[in-house]
Amino acid sequence: MAIILDKDSKIVVQGFTGSQGTFHSRQCLEYGTRIVAGVTPGRGGTTHLDRPVFDTVHDAVRGTDAFVSLIFVPAPFAADAIMEAVDGGCSTVICITEGIPVLDMARVKRFLSRAESSGREITLVGPNCPGVITPGQCKAGIMPGFIHKPGSIGVVSRSGTLTYEAVDQLTKRGLGQSTVVGIGGDPIAGSSFTDILAKFEADPETEAVVMIGEIGGSAEEEAARFFKEKMSKPVFGFIAGKSAPEGRRMGHAGAIVEGASGTHASKVKAMREAGITMVENLSEIGETVAKSRRPLAA
Amino acid sequence: MKLLEHEAKEILKARGIPVPPNGGVIKTTAGLAAAMKRAGKAPWVLKAQVLAGGRGKAGGIKLAKTPKEAKALAKAMLGMDLITHQTHGHALKVKELLVEGGVKIEREIYLSVVMDRRAAAPAIIASAQGGMEIETLAAEHPEAIIRMTVDPNTGLPDFQARRLAFALKVPADRVGAFVKVAKTLVRAFLDLDCSMLEINPLVLTPTGVVALDAKVVTDDNALFRHPDLAAKPDHEATALETAAKKADISYVGLDGNIGCMVNGAGLAMGTMDTIALAGGSPANFLDVGGGANEERVTKALNIILKDKKVKAVLVNIFGGIVKCDMIAAGVVGALKKIKLKVPLVVRLQGTNVEQGKEILAKSGIALIQADDLWDAARKAVEAVK
Repeated sequence: MAIILDKDSKIVVQGFTGSQGTFHSRQCLEYGTRIVAGVTPGRGGTTHLDRPVFDTVHDAVRGTDAFVSLIFVPAPFAADAIMEAVDGGCSTVICITEGIPVLDMARVKRFLSRAESSGREITLVGPNCPGVITPGQCKAGIMPGFIHKPGSIGVVSRSGTLTYEAVDQLTKRGLGQSTVVGIGGDPIAGSSFTDILAKFEADPETEAVVMIGEIGGSAEEEAARFFKEKMSKPVFGFIAGKSAPEGRRMGHAGAIVEGASGTHASKVKAMREAGITMVENLSEIGETVAKSRRPLAA
Repeated sequence: MKLLEHEAKEILKARGIPVPPNGGVIKTTAGLAAAMKRAGKAPWVLKAQVLAGGRGKAGGIKLAKTPKEAKALAKAMLGMDLITHQTHGHALKVKELLVEGGVKIEREIYLSVVMDRRAAAPAIIASAQGGMEIETLAAEHPEAIIRMTVDPNTGLPDFQARRLAFALKVPADRVGAFVKVAKTLVRAFLDLDCSMLEINPLVLTPTGVVALDAKVVTDDNALFRHPDLAAKPDHEATALETAAKKADISYVGLDGNIGCMVNGAGLAMGTMDTIALAGGSPANFLDVGGGANEERVTKALNIILKDKKVKAVLVNIFGGIVKCDMIAAGVVGALKKIKLKVPLVVRLQGTNVEQGKEILAKSGIALIQADDLWDAARKAVEAVK
């Protein structure tokens, strides 16, 4: 069953008829993803990519039983789109949009915790992420589907192309993936490493996890603590940004070393001391996982 | 984006936070006398307008008791190279001085609002021991630091501001003034989409409170709703970084000699790290973006090659939805326009990689192909030797 998504996940795409929404929805449909509806305010009642378009998420959920939202709405309106998805009844929201103001995300998190305090369970993945894929079953995002292969390695990462790099190395060594989750490169993310590690730990189909972090914030240090206290499955870690200077943002809004906080050294140390196998050379992620798993396969 | 002290103080002053008597900013000593007149009576304070903490210790803040002394100081400070503990050995050229009137200081407080990533909300950080760098304070007196989470929807309520005032041992007769400043500071943080707003120190004077220094860092993602902030120059960016930004390319200049062009921020960082691991030194961070077509590749290469330190270029593209043959055609197209004088190492991976490699091989352009990232990094390091 993997995590977050499977072959039965019914998806509504917000920003469905825009250029990004159209292009990537088509790719997802070709992969076999069950996109059942789209939302574009003002375009309700039309069809797009052979799917019904609704004015609101509320209507789409009631009209189609969709319970997962995939968001391609432009940054100035994306935080509102996330809240609309939750209010409309979606339990999983995957937001691809890059460039959402940080304060908007702080407000979204408050909104989510209010919804959760009323008893709902909501998973928000992203923003500023490639999305989620359960290989062979469901692709909700912008990642190239063909590099993935069904299997038992969970992957969680703050970066897009760096994830593709790692997945490609795994697949080439015959190591398939249970689910690959991009949690995104923003300072405030819907799901943390810890949230996703907890899901992988509970998933019977996941045997090991590759975790790809980067400089900035303390999500990796918190995940290291969770791993030490709560996890039985092996985790392989890589942290990007060792050679990045302090105080400069490295592309991702969240990838910045601020004084002594968020450094590469602090993350590697915390993860290594917790018992996570750390990979120093990016080109050796696949090889490191393969080596450790050979005795099991034999 | 970081604002200079005088820009930050203008924002605070406009919202009613008291700042020292302002004489304005001077670029030459010619404007000094008028600036001092605007700032009022002696003494005067001359402050170098550079984006770095620790200016005082490095000689970037000076007190002048007489006009003669002020003139000598201004002459020495304008054009000086300032190296503070925050500039990592690089010198910042002092081009502007802020001229202010003196303030009677009774006590110094540290007060800031930051975006607390972990709590996913703004937080106030404060200490009764102001004037010190917050990091020094956090290391030496962690018990002296007060943290308070702020609701991003409501701002700072009076009771929370009062609690902060009493925790900081603000004397009763100035609690009202402090509460107003704290509430205004949080409101400014929320209204302007800041990622940091710091007053260090906020001083208690015999009659009130004054923001002696100010630091503002804004959230670039929110600049679309702050046209006035978006119009300000980015003082931290080099000319190359500004040019890259205009071309919608994410670029940060570094000290090394291997230029990098990569798609995706994480992979771009990973590529820099791999170059370092192979014994080389990256000249830049560059994320060419998702659609690495001929136009973007040309723009990116032009920016990389403007850095005269660059002795080799490493292109690392993971073709996902953008196919490698398209990228290869883009690289070939770009290289027909740009006369490349340094070695170029190209590593393509992903969709249609074989077709991509063939396009590169058949182009007749002198470039070094690599299979994986480690191979590419070693070839680039070898090329600059």
